[in-house]
Formats: sequence, C-alpha cells, structure tokens
Amino acid sequence: MPQLTQTSFPPIADDLLSWQAGALRLCASRERATGRIVFPPRAPDDDRFEPILLGTHGTLWSWTIQRFRPKSPPYAGPDAFEPYAVGYIELAGELVIEARLTGVAFDDLRIGMPLRLVPLAFTLASGAERTTFAFAPVAGDMA
Amino acid sequence: MSDVYIVGAGIHPFGRTPGRTGMQQGVFAVRQALDRAGLEWSDINFAFGGSDSAGNADTMVSELGLTGLPFINVANGCATGGSALYGAYNAIASGASDLGIAVGFDKHPRGSFSPLPADWGLPDWYGETGLMLTTQFFAMKIQRYMAMYDIAPETLGRVAEKAFANGVLTDHAWRREAVDAETIMTSQMVSDPLTKFMFCSPGEGAVALILASEKKARALGLPSVRLRGVAVRTRPPGSFEVFSPAIDIERGGSPTTVASKAAYEMAGVGPEEIDIAQLQDTEVGAEIMHMAENGFCADGEQTAWIAEGRTRIDGALPINTDGGCLACGEPIGASGLRQVYENYAQLTGQAGARQVPGKLRLGYSHVYGAPGISAVAIVEA
Repeated sequence: MPQLTQTSFPPIADDLLSWQAGALRLCASRERATGRIVFPPRAPDDDRFEPILLGTHGTLWSWTIQRFRPKSPPYAGPDAFEPYAVGYIELAGELVIEARLTGVAFDDLRIGMPLRLVPLAFTLASGAERTTFAFAPVAGDMA
Repeated sequence: MSDVYIVGAGIHPFGRTPGRTGMQQGVFAVRQALDRAGLEWSDINFAFGGSDSAGNADTMVSELGLTGLPFINVANGCATGGSALYGAYNAIASGASDLGIAVGFDKHPRGSFSPLPADWGLPDWYGETGLMLTTQFFAMKIQRYMAMYDIAPETLGRVAEKAFANGVLTDHAWRREAVDAETIMTSQMVSDPLTKFMFCSPGEGAVALILASEKKARALGLPSVRLRGVAVRTRPPGSFEVFSPAIDIERGGSPTTVASKAAYEMAGVGPEEIDIAQLQDTEVGAEIMHMAENGFCADGEQTAWIAEGRTRIDGALPINTDGGCLACGEPIGASGLRQVYENYAQLTGQAGARQVPGKLRLGYSHVYGAPGISAVAIVEA
C-alpha cells in the first residue's frame, strides 16, 4: 500500500496532525512554567502552554490487542471488525503516548522494541477515510 | 470527634434482576439493613447515596418515607460508594449527627461500559479511533507490570479461579460456579493478556450500611465494627490511569498508594496487621497490582503468594472473600460499599459458608476507578 501523504485523506481531527516536509508529526503542548509536555495539545488560547511537535521515534512501553469491536459511540469505525494492536510508546525526554500499532505481527510485539510514527488510514462507518496516527517498527527491524 | 461504627448492613444480591430497577434494589438493601438492626427509617438522621446510571439516590425517600432527612447524592464514578461512606463517616465523626446511612446501587446494560470522550475531557478522535476502552488500559497496565516484575502468566488464571471459588460460597455473588485456572487461561482472549473470564462485568446490585456514633452504637448494642480509617484520594503526578492518551515518562505513585497510606496513618496500623482485604479486582491484573499498591507485598512477590494460596479464604491474607468484582460483577455505585459490607460480615462472624476461620480484627477495603480515584476503608472488630 502506498504511503499516505498529507493530501490522501482529511485528518481525523484538527490540531492533532502536522505535516513537515512531507513527514507526519504529532502536535502537543509544553507547559511554560514547568516544561512538562502534554498530549493531546491544549487549546491554542491557553497561554500557560506553547505548541510543540513530538519526536517521531520511540520504544514500545506496553501493548495489547483489541480483540472485540468497541462500542459505538464513541467508536466510529465500520461494523466489520479486524483486531488491532494498541500500545504506549515512550518518546525519550517527552512522554509516553498511546497509539495504534501497525505493520507488525501481534506475535512480534515486544516491550522495548523501536518504533516510528506513521500515518494510518482510518475508515469511518460511512465508508469515508480519515488519516490518523500509529506507530510501526523501524525499517530494518522487521525481522 | 466521635469514633464511628458500622452497626448494620443490607445487600441486594448482585447480578441481574429483571423487573427491578437499580433504585428498587437500593430500597431493598436499606430495608434489609434496617430490619437486621431492628431500626426504622425514621430513626435515620441523614443519608449519603448514589448510583452511576440508575438514578438519583435521594428519590428513594418516596419509598422509604418522607421523614425530611438530609439526603446527599454522591456521583463519584467507581468511588461513589467509597465517597458516600466518607461523607457519612464525617457527618458522624464531626458530631453533627449520630445515626446515618450510606447506600449505593446500580443497574448497567449488558457489555462493557461505553464512555463518551467529552465527559472525560478528551477529544472525540480518542474514542472514534478505538483507543478509549477500560479493557485496553487494564491489559496494558498488567502487561507492563508482568514484564517488569516477572509475574508468571498462570498467576492471572489462579486469581480468577479463587474469585469464582469464593463466589460459590457467597449468597450475594453473581457468578456461583467454580471455573478452573486452565479454562480461564484458555477462554476467549479479550485484550491480551486478559481473557474473558479474567474480567468482571458491569452488573446490578445494592448495598446499605448504617453508621452510628460510639455513644449510639453502645446504646444499640448491635454487632458492629469501628471505622478506623477512611480515605478518598485523586491521582498524584506520574500515575497511569484509565483513558490516558499520554502519560509522563517519570513514573509516580497511584491514587491507590496515596489513599492507602492515608488510611493506614489515620487508623494507626500497618498492612502487616490486616487480617482480610477486599481489593478492587475489575480484572485479575488489578487484584495482583493492588496487592502491592496497598502495601501487602512487594512488587513481584504476587506470583509466589498466589501459587501458595496465601490469598485464599484459608490463607494467611484472604483477599476478596466474597469473590470480589470478578464473581459479584461491578454495579459501580454499589461496588465499593459491597467490599465494606463483606468486611463487616466477616468481622462480625456473619459470613456463613465463606467465613474466614479464626479471630479477625482488621478488615481492609479498596476501590479504584476512572479518572484516577481510590477510596480505602479500614474497619476493626
């Protein structure tokens, strides 16, 4: 499947994804007083925080497999369901972020494995496509 | 400041009761508590009560009697029962009143909870893309914990096996059939490493506790336990909670560690003195991790503890003697009070087939829920 680009589909939400020279980044906020980084990003008018972009590489902190279709609402996916992997990914010096995991067999998931941020197509119940984010094994670590 | 005693308790069986609303189950529990104590509703001076999804507790006065008493509704998620107890405790400890009631009830639809992001201060995409599930959180918390502290996988099965074994002995339990660890381990995987039999289900039920001042308790002369410690705490920095799109790298404590410490300090006792414990067991991993978070063992010792049967009814520290949430289900508003009900029943020798042998002095209960809140109560015979 070709790599998603900024123009493939609309983003799943405003103020979440940012494209920098063709590469996906995640928007977050840094608390000015403490330097603490928070995600999702705060509202732009919250002066206590400044907008930042998170790093794109990290390591798997924990994981699970979503084996059943989540209830709707809030889940917005189609009725047809395939299990998917979810994890927390530690972005060094920033935070530990929750995301879908893609491009990896369930049996190959290991705490500590290196991962990178990738765009992921998400199909709504209507059939329309959106771009969300996920983490995938770093190229060359696919074995 | 008066000491505070629990002098009576009532429970509506947990599980599913078609044709009876959650609130009617609450009324049932209150009437049973009053009957057992030989008291009338008109004797009760105040009430704290709540449910998560079964209505406003104070409308129970329509059924129980229009005595004009102050009835405070509590809505505190999974800690609703614990918070009702906290309110009732303080109303008596302060001297403002001498006889009151804490009641919790609920009735949830089948299946897992379906929270809405906006109710939890989260953006819609978090729920839309399938990340907002309590089951995922529980799975990832125990997955990490097992890797860090080398918890043997069969420990998960043994915790559920014990819960169902205790449920067999418990009148108010929902699941009353034994299930062996092998069946539990090989049942349908829900969210790795947790299988279907390792999770509790939202359910129905109600509990009422009657609280009295020391003077009033002495006058009534009923089977009673003294509330030695009652603490409700929200999360500290660096905790790992349900519905967290991100967490801090620098790990901190949990609402449980903070509430536990506060309750021990208030009671002036330590975990080594506790005789029985009821710990939040939304799933088996929660019971395992809460054993350490409440100070009963060090991280990683659970594998040996559980393999040796130390948490069984006949063990050194029986945990979840009525089968906990795993066997009783989780009607949110009632669940925390069920734990205290169980300690009251055990410490007053009224636990029937599941009665823990020997003299019991201190009972410990702990309820935890989203978005990072814990309530702990320590009672003394």
